[in-house]
Amino acid sequence: MIRRAVRFLDERLGTAPLLKKTLQYVFPDHWTFMLGEIALYAFVVLVATGIYLALFFEPSLAHVTYQGDYAPLRGHEMTKAFQSTLDLSFETKGGLLLRQTHHWAANVFVAAIVLHLLRILYTGASRKPRDLNVWIGTTLLALAVFEGYAGYSLPDDLLSGMGLAIGYSVLLSLPVVGAWLAVLVWGGQFPGKEVFEPRLFITHVFVIPIVMATLIAIHLAIIVRQKHTQFPGPGRTERNVVGSTLWPSYALRSTSLLLAVAGVLLLLGGLVQINPIWLYGPYHTYSATNGAQPDWYIGWLIGALRLMPPLEIHVFGYTLVPNPFFGGALFPLLVFGLLYSWPAIERRITGDHARHELLDRPRDVPWRTATISAFFSWVAVVFLAGSQDQVALHFHFSYVGLVWFFRVASVVVPLVVFFVTRRVAAELKETELHPLRLDR
Amino acid sequence: MKRWLIAALVLLLGKLRPPRALPPGRPVREPDRRAENLTFLLLLCAMAAAAAFIAFYFANPDTQFLGATLGLAFVLLAAACLVAGKRVVPQIEGVKERPELEHPFEQDEVVAVIAEGGEGVSRKRFFLLAGGGAAGLMGAALLTPALSCGPEANRVLSRSPWNRGRLLVTELDEPIVAAGIVVGELVTAFPSGADKEDIASPVIVVRVRPDELDLPDDRRGWAPEGLIGYSKICTHAGCAVSEYRYPSYGPTAPGPAVVCPCHYSTFSVTEGGKRIFGPAGRALPQLPLAINGDGQLVADGDFSGRPGPGWWGVRK
Repeated sequence: MIRRAVRFLDERLGTAPLLKKTLQYVFPDHWTFMLGEIALYAFVVLVATGIYLALFFEPSLAHVTYQGDYAPLRGHEMTKAFQSTLDLSFETKGGLLLRQTHHWAANVFVAAIVLHLLRILYTGASRKPRDLNVWIGTTLLALAVFEGYAGYSLPDDLLSGMGLAIGYSVLLSLPVVGAWLAVLVWGGQFPGKEVFEPRLFITHVFVIPIVMATLIAIHLAIIVRQKHTQFPGPGRTERNVVGSTLWPSYALRSTSLLLAVAGVLLLLGGLVQINPIWLYGPYHTYSATNGAQPDWYIGWLIGALRLMPPLEIHVFGYTLVPNPFFGGALFPLLVFGLLYSWPAIERRITGDHARHELLDRPRDVPWRTATISAFFSWVAVVFLAGSQDQVALHFHFSYVGLVWFFRVASVVVPLVVFFVTRRVAAELKETELHPLRLDR
Repeated sequence: MKRWLIAALVLLLGKLRPPRALPPGRPVREPDRRAENLTFLLLLCAMAAAAAFIAFYFANPDTQFLGATLGLAFVLLAAACLVAGKRVVPQIEGVKERPELEHPFEQDEVVAVIAEGGEGVSRKRFFLLAGGGAAGLMGAALLTPALSCGPEANRVLSRSPWNRGRLLVTELDEPIVAAGIVVGELVTAFPSGADKEDIASPVIVVRVRPDELDLPDDRRGWAPEGLIGYSKICTHAGCAVSEYRYPSYGPTAPGPAVVCPCHYSTFSVTEGGKRIFGPAGRALPQLPLAINGDGQLVADGDFSGRPGPGWWGVRK
């Protein structure tokens, strides 16, 4: 059976050598290498559940009066987009399960990418020759955040409308060209022409996913070409790769990870409510709710918009830079700019242009670990600032006090983190203590 | 930017410099000046056409102007590439051996590698069966939610808006006066108060001479005064049966008939909707008609069969 199948393909495509190489492909064993795989499998779940949702969702801003199963909203004016999302949630068998699974998968997808990125940066996997894949991966992270934002903007509930209003204002705030761009995207002034919804829909279900799938394919092809990195160890050199072969064990283990990711996401989707748009209600330009929290991966942008002092730049009576630009555009541009240029920055600092296949432990290079920690603590402080309204509400802190606290923290915390991390890493490197165990 | 400027400068100066000497022994390929000039000309024209497209977009966005300029720009660019490819650059012929497809040795190796992966595993057949079973049922479970896409087929396909006493109305919801329909006329009617787009709704009503009628015995009285009704949806592929062949030329045509313009299925009007030509597999369902006290057309029951194209349960 197997022999016949192998021969059938080999006689037509000459695949036997390739098949042999594939079956014997070596994956280094380390748990952190699963983070990227989790992101990949979350993407698979997103595509599968997304196709299902697209069979029911109507991307239309046409007005209807709700007469469906959810009694509290009966008789309310809403758009078909919102109504079809309600119907999908309440009247379609299995609809809410897959909608919530899709939403959870988006959150897990971005989280897995961020953790994967941290692993890459902390272990020096971003060095030559993998700087190429750092750029592709960083692009994928940016696309994933935008794709998630576009996705939860589709149902036209109160939260998505508020998010779109902010996105519109940020686009509008781009110096000089912002107004023209925003009006082109929305087909008019916010909330835009009815054609905006189909535009957002095709962007979310086709354009961005196609680009992401292509980039993921390139990302993986580069890995296959360059092979995985590995931590140093007995028999491991800069010129080999040691680990489990694909066949049979790794194939089963990776399949298990795919199934486990899908399983956990379905469990979350079935058991833990997420984005209950029926509680938010339909969006109107004249409505907003207090304490609204977007998906977590937008938190750092909300935080930046809230922390920014009321600065606007005027030139000859023209407003060159409206305020949302700083938090909503400049801050993410800065963060992603640093991510893109990190391999080059590191080369500039170390003067090291060599090819690296062996990884460092984070402690091995204290300055790098400290720099990355400082950078991420900076983004994390701004991220936490995005929840300051909730903190003020639940812990009875003064909101104004929190704003000043986070403004100061966004400067002080990265500095403190830098020096503490550098010290701890150097100490661990010297003593060879395990950070979590007392034995050596 | 700086680099581009330098590149442009180098290109310009390149014309002034004497050509580099080629290694001896190789025939010198003379540049084809005419082809080069033609390529430049074509590129310039392509530029002009593209610029014209932009200009028309703002000044006069007429479809013909826009299509002509953009299409021309592409065609000119294609021509430039063609001339450059055939005449400007050298034509270098290459010969490459085809690789052998078959690798008998590696085939054995692959089989060995696969076999090695099963070493020390007992009950392989059992694992294969159980794994296949789990995969199959998981696949079925994943496909099941697709059933939420719509209702159960038989329940929907078997519905009919027609029943005894239902008034026939026009597209404008006006009742149809029986006496108003003349021989040779085809009237499209709908059940009063029902969805006109439902494919079980539309019927055609025609008047024939009562002596022409040749209906099955159990449909006696279905066509009062020679007024006879059929589903308007073809039983072949669901198009509207909208052509009426009447009066017919006796020697060649077998009698009044309605024709579907999609695939020309033809149904006899006088013989209870019997298919007399074309690919349809069933007769047109007939609607029993009656005339009420106001002289208006009403249905005297449901269709003689299921209207519309066939499916598994169409004859049930």
